[in-house]
Amino acid sequence: MNVTKTFVATAALSLVTGLVIAEEMTIVSWGGAYSKSQLNAYHNPYSAKTGVTILNDDSSSTAVAKLRAMNEANNVTWDVVDVEAGPAMQLCDEGLAMVIDPDTMLAPAPDGTSAADDFGDMLVSECFIPQIVYSTTFGYRTDLVGSTAPTSVCDVFNTAAYPGKRSLFSVPINTMEWALLCDGVAKTDIYDVLETPEGQDQALAKLDTIKDDVIWVSSGSDTPQLLADGEVIMGATYNGRLFALIEEQKQPVAMIWDGQVMDLDGWIIPTGLSPERQARALDFIMFATDTQRLADQAKWISYGPARASSAPLVGKHAELGIEMGPHMPTAPENLERAFLMNYGFWADYRDDLDAKFQAWLAK
Amino acid sequence: MSASSYTAPILAADGTPLKKSLSRALRQQKRRALMLIAPLLIFIFVAFIMPIVSMLFRSVENDIVANTLPQTVMALQSWDAETGELPGEDVYAAFASDIKIAAKAKIHTKVGLRLNYEQSGIASLFKKTARKAKKWDMETGGPFKEKLIGVHKNWGKTEIWQTLKIHSSRYTTGYFLNAIDMRKTAMGPQRQAEDKQILLLLFQRTLIMSLVITGSCILLGYPVAWLLANVPVRQANLLLILVLLPFWTSLLVRTSAWKVMLQQQGVINDLLVQLGMVADGARLVMINNQTGTIVAMTHILLPFMILPMYSVMQTIPPTYLRAAKSLGATDWTAFWRVYFPQTVPGIGAGSILVFILAIGYYITPEIVGGTKGVFISNRIAYSILKSLNWGLGAALATILLVAVLILYWAYDKMVGIDNVKLGG
Repeated sequence: MNVTKTFVATAALSLVTGLVIAEEMTIVSWGGAYSKSQLNAYHNPYSAKTGVTILNDDSSSTAVAKLRAMNEANNVTWDVVDVEAGPAMQLCDEGLAMVIDPDTMLAPAPDGTSAADDFGDMLVSECFIPQIVYSTTFGYRTDLVGSTAPTSVCDVFNTAAYPGKRSLFSVPINTMEWALLCDGVAKTDIYDVLETPEGQDQALAKLDTIKDDVIWVSSGSDTPQLLADGEVIMGATYNGRLFALIEEQKQPVAMIWDGQVMDLDGWIIPTGLSPERQARALDFIMFATDTQRLADQAKWISYGPARASSAPLVGKHAELGIEMGPHMPTAPENLERAFLMNYGFWADYRDDLDAKFQAWLAK
Repeated sequence: MSASSYTAPILAADGTPLKKSLSRALRQQKRRALMLIAPLLIFIFVAFIMPIVSMLFRSVENDIVANTLPQTVMALQSWDAETGELPGEDVYAAFASDIKIAAKAKIHTKVGLRLNYEQSGIASLFKKTARKAKKWDMETGGPFKEKLIGVHKNWGKTEIWQTLKIHSSRYTTGYFLNAIDMRKTAMGPQRQAEDKQILLLLFQRTLIMSLVITGSCILLGYPVAWLLANVPVRQANLLLILVLLPFWTSLLVRTSAWKVMLQQQGVINDLLVQLGMVADGARLVMINNQTGTIVAMTHILLPFMILPMYSVMQTIPPTYLRAAKSLGATDWTAFWRVYFPQTVPGIGAGSILVFILAIGYYITPEIVGGTKGVFISNRIAYSILKSLNWGLGAALATILLVAVLILYWAYDKMVGIDNVKLGG
């Protein structure tokens, strides 16, 4: 019969073409402007080079739980996953991310420096391939803070000089460090103090002084919106979000490079992949984290490349034409007063402090 | 008896008794019907009931400690956790052996994470210890008590061993205790430290706010449903579309729209300031608190109240009201004594729907609830998605489920579930 014949022919054809283009991989990331920067810097060039189709899944915010569920079901459908350093360590500890050998699995720098040296301290976990450095910092409304603009992270706690609402993330991470920092604890002592119940009380007591002036937010997009609406006069979010607010949307906002908490974002490869898929994922990682590719990403978003050798290659924003170097969290003048997060501490104390923090918030 | 031949069974065409033949046919019919719905039944069982049960089961499951550290668990049995004395060398040696094996298999971090939920610091303690223990020789490496205390001073504290012993059983009540702000200790269950008590408060808040939301849905929905049921069909259809319209809009969009409306620089505040009803410096705080959650969730859940009410009201003949009035009832009496009782099944159905949906909500409270307007579901989400403490998440979810079942049962006792109607 004619119809059957056509059907069989179509099915056969699609099977054949299916086999030809079967090479596809699923890459998980955050979505939005960040995924766009990855698409331009990594995914598109890689697809052009190898013919692999890349499927995007914007599930990074729940990646840890989903990977655990996939692993328990013995059906891991993701090939490469973008996560922050903390969750990457959690995945590594749970055995959900594969161990990476920087010498054999990552590309050396163009001048021959090994990947391990090029990434240096950024290799915070043996499963984690760093990609960018980002900062959680404060932006303020230039028109709402009076004549003297805030320059210090502690101005957030100064409600006398800067009356008005401020926004903070409703999690203990970063918030409690800032509270101690502004209560006179030295940067190097903060985690030792935060380990003790007295130190935790001290941080919460400091936060008590501004509790009524804070709008507590849960996502990185909240503060830019609140700033744009004039709902808050200053607020914490990621430096890339503030860059977009200031340079792309031209809002009357400026940012403070002081006491900003530096954190890393990067890739992990899930365990439990078939050998072919794992090889493909490793090939992608080798390509996407080389010196030039990491520098390329900075054309699209103001996050600093995690390789030392990439910094000199950072050029202008692809659409705005702004020199991106000074906007990087890794730029020397921005680094001066930065604060590096202690992942080990939060791996141990996150649950405990989160319970305390939420109980304090609910009071 | 001769009567037996008189009542001989009527035979079917094939010679079998008709009764038997009939029941066989009925059985076949039933089997066919069952086979028709079998795919659905199997689907519901496999895709709905089994995952839920297996997830809830995690609230008591605690295999990981006994599986990863079997020798230690055995050795700890003879140690009295309450004396305040450290366990003997045999326990230390057993632990050193266990952690070495676990480190080789790379499963030591999992058990570390599990115990870290009970006592902060165990995760890194296990990691550090395992790194060292990989190099130890079990035959000649002892004594391990000094060795372990040398790795980290915490091995010389009884708290660690108490935690290990308390949480070594294969099934635990620990997660459920944690879910009600208590914890397992060597001296039995005790209250959680006061500055960490949050979950009971959230349960209570979830129930109270859900009741308020259900109440405001009834107040707002009743007149709308009445209008829908009593205007001409064409206008009713238009109104119905307006009720349904929010259904076709994303939940996130609707919630964010409330932000625009309610925030301090938002539409309502701007309007009030322009009208001079509120001073510019004293704009109302209507979002990031309980008000925000109640307003946004009432709006989102309103259709679930209106629709059952509407379908019940539609079936009430208008003649009843006219009859009541012609017999001398005032408007109020006619409504309250005649009309309202007939709408109770609709209110019941709507209330159950709205209430049950409300206590499980988490996106909306997360966005507009601030710190005082979040629900227990937000904590469940945190446990499942962020801290990966699935045991605690499952315990919280089980409690929530049981609470709903109890309320459902109470509702059945008080109002009667037969009085609930979704229509007709």
